[in-house]
Amino acid sequence: MNGKSAGGSTRSAGARTVPDVAGAAQAGAVVPGGAATVRRTRLRGRALVVAVGRVAVLVVFLGTWQLLAATHTIDTFYFGRPSGIWDRLETWIRHGTSQGPLLTQVWVTLQETLLGFGIGTTLGVVCGIALGRMRLAADILAPYIKTLNSIPRIVLGSVFAIWFGLGIGSKVALAVVLVFFGVFFNAFQGAREVDRALIANARVLGAGPVQVTWQVVVPSALSWITTSLHVAFGFAVTGAIVGELLGAQQGLGLLISQAQANFDPDGVYAGLVITALLALTAEGLITLLERRLLRWRPRPGSNR
Amino acid sequence: MRTELRQDPEPEPDAARQPVTPVPIVLDGVTKRFASPRGEHREAVRDVSFRVEPGSFTAVIGPTGCGKSTLLSLICGTERPESGTVSVDGRPVDGIGQDIGFVFQTDAVFPWKTVLGNVAAGPRFRGVPRARAQALAADWVRRVGLAGFERYHPHQLSGGMRKRVALAQTLVNRPRVLLMDEPFSGLDVQTRQIMSDELLSLWELTRPSVVFVTHDLEEAITLADKVVVLTAGPATVKEEFDIDLPRPRDAREIRHHPDFVRLHELVWKALRDEVRVAYERGLGAA
Ligand SMILES: Nc1ncnc2c1ncn2[C@@H]1O[C@H](COP(=O)(O)OP(=O)(O)OP(=O)(O)O)[C@@H](O)[C@H]1O
Ligand SMILES: [Mg+2]
Repeated sequence: MNGKSAGGSTRSAGARTVPDVAGAAQAGAVVPGGAATVRRTRLRGRALVVAVGRVAVLVVFLGTWQLLAATHTIDTFYFGRPSGIWDRLETWIRHGTSQGPLLTQVWVTLQETLLGFGIGTTLGVVCGIALGRMRLAADILAPYIKTLNSIPRIVLGSVFAIWFGLGIGSKVALAVVLVFFGVFFNAFQGAREVDRALIANARVLGAGPVQVTWQVVVPSALSWITTSLHVAFGFAVTGAIVGELLGAQQGLGLLISQAQANFDPDGVYAGLVITALLALTAEGLITLLERRLLRWRPRPGSNR
Repeated sequence: MRTELRQDPEPEPDAARQPVTPVPIVLDGVTKRFASPRGEHREAVRDVSFRVEPGSFTAVIGPTGCGKSTLLSLICGTERPESGTVSVDGRPVDGIGQDIGFVFQTDAVFPWKTVLGNVAAGPRFRGVPRARAQALAADWVRRVGLAGFERYHPHQLSGGMRKRVALAQTLVNRPRVLLMDEPFSGLDVQTRQIMSDELLSLWELTRPSVVFVTHDLEEAITLADKVVVLTAGPATVKEEFDIDLPRPRDAREIRHHPDFVRLHELVWKALRDEVRVAYERGLGAA
């Protein structure tokens, strides 16, 4: 168990904040009664403070930005301004972008991201678990994997643009490469750190090598793997967007680079906002998936 | 690997309670070496010979670090001896056999499986269909006193309850050879006694040949037909004692039996010197 907590703790640190609010809000809905009510009220009070605080940070940030832009303290030519970004988003939604409807752009980027994420994750998990189980193969391949990993992989974007052209293939390829290594190393480590006692127990109970892999190694490595998924999705988005920046016919990356070419900072920021929303949604979904897969673990923070 | 299936790979719940055909375990001049961190070879077990009669309960006792766990892995087939032979049912051990059950010293239940899933794991690994495996498992979960906890995960159980899961997980396979490595260590005295009684009644149910490793002399005498005392590492057999106390035994009451006191004195004399050697070695190393 100990080995896994290293992977698990980073994961839980990121995942804690949001559930706190949800959990406290639920608790607050319970019928009042005695001392528990006091605690619940206090919890609800805290949740409210957190929610209000979050909105406040956003308002202050956007307000300051808008104010500085309005008073010409900062140059809107470089920094844009929130109202301009909002206008741009509205125009895109209402009248479409110069490259066609906004939804099409989002969909193209999303497709590239999801394909890259899916393929990269699958390959990473399969290779990581397989090599984690096969010591000899892992030792033989180690220097090559390290070499591949040390290449600045973004550069491969240009290579893929040549190989796969301007379509979605080159972006997916870049996203796959970026996603693969993160997931691979975590899955590999996870497969390595499996408690020997659990493997011995499974073998004595009658498990063959395949059963040991599926029923012991994979579940043990799961907390390592799901940890890497959070970062991996970020990599997938990066791969898709960078791929589009390097040359594309559709997509959010192209939208951003067009805005940049037209000296339109509001357009660049509007593109970033949409990308961030995509990533945030995905992050939420991954957290849900993670909780579902790791239901058997003690909930962090619930140790009373 | 001895992988031939027993006659009844899919026993009916009733058949699950029938005694197994017990087998003898014979160790003959067994020696096991391990490479120490400095690269030289150190003997963990040296020239050990003893016999476990079919269906009997043998306790192995010795000071800490003497090689008890190693001895069990040799019988189990997860480790191979450098010389000598270990045979189960007249055949030399070659890999992990189908007939073996092993309750490990460390907590080895699967944390991601429920109690029921853990107990059903063995039959599932051995190809028993899910529904049938779960029925068998439910039966054993009840028998080790965990009815109502089927859907719990290990982290929601106490240490004693996890040991029960481990026991049920092992017994559901109806092993003909049951190896137990300090299964009750870390439990309080009362729980140990309750678990000892339970173990004895479960053992009476299927009657496998048992090798039970422990530090605890009283526990050894309470449970066993024979106590094997090992020397401080490398483990050799110092002396064997037949425990001819009447069965069925009650873990609390048997301690007041006059023969118990006599046997305790006798075995302790053999064990005492070894414990002292191990202790002084420990001091020397510290
Ligand atoms: N896999 C291994 N590699 C190297 N040395 C080992 C290995 N397993 C055991 N040993 C050594 O063999 C000796 C006996 O170990 P073992 O675990 O069998 O002792 P034990 O009697 O079970 O101790 P305890 O009562 O504390 O459980 C020890 O000195 C240990 O260092
Ligand atoms: Mg031991």
